[in-house]
Amino acid sequence: MASGTEIGRAQEEEAMLLEAFRQGAPDAFESLFHLHQRAVYGWILRMVRDRGTADDLTIETFFRIYRAHARFDPARGFEAWARTIATRVSIDWMRAQHPEQVMAEEFFADVPGPERSDPALSAEVRDKTARAFERLPPKLRIAAVLAVIEELPHKEIAAALEISVAAVKVRVFRALRLLRRDLEKQGIRP
Amino acid sequence: MNGNDEDRMEQLLKRAILPVGSSEPERDLWPAMSRRMEKRPAAPPWFDWVLAGGVAIFVVAFPAAIPVFLYYL
Repeated sequence: MASGTEIGRAQEEEAMLLEAFRQGAPDAFESLFHLHQRAVYGWILRMVRDRGTADDLTIETFFRIYRAHARFDPARGFEAWARTIATRVSIDWMRAQHPEQVMAEEFFADVPGPERSDPALSAEVRDKTARAFERLPPKLRIAAVLAVIEELPHKEIAAALEISVAAVKVRVFRALRLLRRDLEKQGIRP
Repeated sequence: MNGNDEDRMEQLLKRAILPVGSSEPERDLWPAMSRRMEKRPAAPPWFDWVLAGGVAIFVVAFPAAIPVFLYYL
């Protein structure tokens, strides 16, 4: 178990690393990259749901972080800042994509796990729901994927999207309403 | 859409799309990051400037359209 002195030293080292990064030290950036690449990649993958794209967008996110080092506020924390940039990068990417080409098939629930297994829900309905979801506007889709599918706390989502918790709830509600309308147009009554 | 409809839509969505959960990159991304940092930034293509100019003129000519632009940003 780490002692108070060790924790204090670790915090001091982290503060020095963040300050060195803010001042533009390449070594500090490399250290932060290695420390946070997994977290940033995981966050992006939750939004874009394609591993190759998540690789590319992780690099794009860190590139923007690298260029914006002078604007970094150490009081805010590196990971929270990286998440907001990663979210913006993901939204930009989604806007540039054709909606039908976004989500990798591996994330469709074609072969659901036992806890998700629902014989009443046909493969066609699942497929149409997933496709309709991809057609949602990126800002609504991201709020819904993080809140409903990944079940992350609204507070965490709000911080990454730089909006209030109430605004997250509104976006999720609008996403579900649009999704319902889209499915109804296709003759599916959820 | 009432609360029940919202719950039903949430359940449908959860059954249609799997959560990713915690996931890691399959390789170290630092070499690719390093190459990206060495590349010179590309200059914006000329049509980006034309588009930006067009938008600026449109906004000056029709200021009522500004909220619509802001909504879609």
